[in-house]
Amino acid sequence: MTTIAHSPHARAANSVSRIMATVMLALVPVTLFGFWLNGWPAVYLWTVSLAAALVGEAAALKFQRRAVKPALLDGSGVLTAWLLALSLPPWAPWWIAVVGSLFAVVIAKQVFGGLGQNVFNPAMAARVMLLISFPLEMTIWVPPMSQPGLLDSLAVTFGGGQLDAVSSASLLGHVKTEFSRGLGLEQALAGHYAPLEALWGRRSGSLGETSALLIFIGGVFLLARRTITWHAPVAMLAGVALPALLMNLVAPEHYADPVYHLLSGGVMLAAFFIVTDPVTSPNTALGQLLFGLGCGLLTYVIRTWGSYPEGVAFAVMLMNAATPLIDRNIKPRIYGRTRQGAPLMTRHAKKDAA
Amino acid sequence: MIAALTSLTVLGTSLGLILGLAARFFKVEGNPLVEEIEALLPGTQCGQCGYPGCTGAAQALANGNAPLTLCPPGGRAVVAALAARLGMEADLSGVEDAGPRIAEVREELCIGCTRCYKVCPTDAVLGAAKHIHAVFSEACTACGSCVDVCPTEAILLRPLAPTLQSWGWGKPGLQPLAIAQGMAA
Amino acid sequence: MKLFKMRGGVHPEARKADSSERPIRILPLPPLLHVPLQQHIGAPAKPVVRVGDKVLAGQLVGVGQGHVSAPVHAPTSGTVVAIGDHPAPHPSGLSAATVTIAPDGEGRWFEYEVPADPFALAPDDIAARAGAAGIVGLGGAAFPSSVKLDASRQSGVDTLVINGGECEPYLTCDDRIMRERASEIVTGIRLIQHAVGATRALVGIEDNKPEALAAMRAAAAATDVQIRAVPAMYPMGWEKQMIHALLGREVPAEGRSADIGVLVHNVATAWAVQQAVCQGRPLVSRIVTVSGGAVVAPCNLEVPIGAPVQALFDVCGGFRTTPARLVLGGPMMGQQIARTSVPVVKGTSGVLALTQAEIGLTRPAPCIRCSTCVRACPVGLLPLEIAARVRSDDLAGAVALGLKDCIGCGSCSYVCPSGIPLVHFFNYAKGDLAAQARSKAKQETTRKLAAERSARIERIAREREEAAAARKAAKAAKEAAARAAATTEAAA
Repeated sequence: MTTIAHSPHARAANSVSRIMATVMLALVPVTLFGFWLNGWPAVYLWTVSLAAALVGEAAALKFQRRAVKPALLDGSGVLTAWLLALSLPPWAPWWIAVVGSLFAVVIAKQVFGGLGQNVFNPAMAARVMLLISFPLEMTIWVPPMSQPGLLDSLAVTFGGGQLDAVSSASLLGHVKTEFSRGLGLEQALAGHYAPLEALWGRRSGSLGETSALLIFIGGVFLLARRTITWHAPVAMLAGVALPALLMNLVAPEHYADPVYHLLSGGVMLAAFFIVTDPVTSPNTALGQLLFGLGCGLLTYVIRTWGSYPEGVAFAVMLMNAATPLIDRNIKPRIYGRTRQGAPLMTRHAKKDAA
Repeated sequence: MIAALTSLTVLGTSLGLILGLAARFFKVEGNPLVEEIEALLPGTQCGQCGYPGCTGAAQALANGNAPLTLCPPGGRAVVAALAARLGMEADLSGVEDAGPRIAEVREELCIGCTRCYKVCPTDAVLGAAKHIHAVFSEACTACGSCVDVCPTEAILLRPLAPTLQSWGWGKPGLQPLAIAQGMAA
Repeated sequence: MKLFKMRGGVHPEARKADSSERPIRILPLPPLLHVPLQQHIGAPAKPVVRVGDKVLAGQLVGVGQGHVSAPVHAPTSGTVVAIGDHPAPHPSGLSAATVTIAPDGEGRWFEYEVPADPFALAPDDIAARAGAAGIVGLGGAAFPSSVKLDASRQSGVDTLVINGGECEPYLTCDDRIMRERASEIVTGIRLIQHAVGATRALVGIEDNKPEALAAMRAAAAATDVQIRAVPAMYPMGWEKQMIHALLGREVPAEGRSADIGVLVHNVATAWAVQQAVCQGRPLVSRIVTVSGGAVVAPCNLEVPIGAPVQALFDVCGGFRTTPARLVLGGPMMGQQIARTSVPVVKGTSGVLALTQAEIGLTRPAPCIRCSTCVRACPVGLLPLEIAARVRSDDLAGAVALGLKDCIGCGSCSYVCPSGIPLVHFFNYAKGDLAAQARSKAKQETTRKLAAERSARIERIAREREEAAAARKAAKAAKEAAARAAATTEAAA
């Protein structure tokens, strides 16, 4: 007996785990840089995140009586936890990573039905949850290159405390605070912002969001490997840069320039690694352009006029919710049909109509 | 207090009046749904559903007294059509869809009594008194009426073998794909 | 010259060099030829020979029935040894009506009349000769060519497009025939052009076949047949893709290429037309690519119709390893067969013996909505969405998303990182819709029969009643008359 298989009898060298592995590879430089910049606590936090995601996902699959091994091996859970870790303050306590990772893989992913079924990007959903639930822990930053030893670092991540001694502010948070004190942009930025530093990343910020350059290199690698397309990233960067440029031209003393907005916070990481998430972004090129643009615009709006200093996670989640709407309304034109779906007119039909 | 009472009373009576009038003027004679449903059924009046003919079955369906899967000769196509018309979720798993079937007369047992010929709702049985009968496959709905009346049990329903024209791919992942014989040279 | 940009498509590993560098060989006659009576789209042919008849090569053994059909001829001289069912080259493994011929090895031809100047023939005469020669589209669709020629002449086409795309991996039969028989092909093209009255003829050849391009250019140099290189990508050989690449015209949905004034034929079909018209040779053999990682020496063979697939593999040195899958046609759209006893038919462009590594199987994983399939679809469909509808038995939803526009090219399944058998879902759904349509048509018939029957029963009952009433009335009248007579008698 032979089972007769349907065509095609060939397959491209491609798989879900290969895609996930490629993305992880693209994250390696910026992650190593984050480790170097923030010391051992960052390494611990990252490790705890990944471990919690693996355990949480395995437990969730077991509970649903689904096969554990193939789902864990596809790497999607690890990637989610990795991206979440990169968006956390590097010296956050261990339980932040655990709660975030579990929320990401169990609530934001498995509850929706597992890989491919989730509406919201799990990493961003977890980040938003953490930001709302634990605002203090999520907004304590450390000055760059403050590297405690192996054991001291254990105390930072697993011991609690010690945070106040080293707390610093991220640039976006600092500017927001200064604005609320009635200071102008120039005063707020003085001594805190140097575009070149921001580009290569020697500054306070989330574990993996400080080096715009390394993120960009990772993104270009993904583009070159055709793991992602250019539409969503370019649209997101444009969505941030265009309103920033406009507002900066109108009132330069109050609105920062586009370079500031592009290089700070999570914009770069989101543009190349979050809005390109296949599951939660639209199917078509035009849809992805709209999606990225929406993410960028909302990020700018939340940053500039909202009450949170950073708006990337909120913006992405809002646009995730809009994705089914985009997919419903933006479909490719089918060959031989008009956009509305009617067959194209033939020569003869046109002649008859005339 | 009085204002509230009056307004509520007026509201109640006027709405009641409107409803009463609407019930009188927009009254529906008979149930048009029954006719529509009957049009979806095979119309062979074979009675396998247990109702007196397709009209009876349509009435039962319209009243919600019968399952969508009541019509064995209709198969999955009829269930799907009924589900679409009645806006119900069709539970196709319950349909025993043995695929298309056809009545077959076993000639060695047939005595040419013409009983099957008389009951066939679609005149699918060919033949005459004292002659062996045959079944016209294009017309047979596999309703089984002939099987019930045959005195010698010469008629049985057998599945219609797939041909190159009617063969189709199975649903991937749910049932085994087409199985063919081994790789004989 | 301008080429038009296409959307979608994939670039599977070509694997053409395995077989493209060896000249076409003639397959030695196997002991039996199994010639199916249906090798084309349309009604099967009706046998016109009987068991025991001696036939000559090219002699008619099955005559076409109805409008869309094609006759079948004896591939060589010999004796008809059986007319009956034989396994068909079809994934179902079912059998089909087949004429089995035992060759006598003499290869004597049935003589058909050959025109002195084929270009002096009337256009409809060329179409009739192609039809009588049993020519069908040799690119794989196997649609009767004369039907296409007649329809195109009647509706009026301005451009003849000859498809030398051969975009399926592994297959090189069109490549080889263009290299070796270019002048015959060009004559065939001019005959087809003459038959439909097209003002120009374009040949589109993928640019990964430079030798074929050069040979065709040389052969077409003195004629007005234009040879064009088109980019190599799958599915360039889809006729609508080829039309778009060469002309930038789009065939309306639910329509045919003739609707926009274009007729498309395959290069091998043009060769077959030349053979039929100029040589009086019906279509009784074709070039078949034998390839795949499990084959010792892949090559192209000229094979008599009806030769068992096993004979082709034997000539190519047999198998290197046990093949994981045997495929008729190319790997993208070809169909798996379970046994090598099935015959080569007019539409068989290749027989492949693939290894597991070439098939590249992975366990299906959940869809991650990466939309790689959307980018690959040459038609502009959303394969992931259609498959999701089919999976949940929402066939109406799948049709609304364009299921019926799917050409089954397999690009989506090929690129899917989750290994989801997308095109299998679509063909399952199409088959199910066809089955539903058939059962609906049958239901209409039976409903009419049942109505006629009940009307008849009513009529008989009424007639019986009327007859009874008439009898009663007659009897009453008679009695009355008798009584009246009696009274008058009594009175008298």
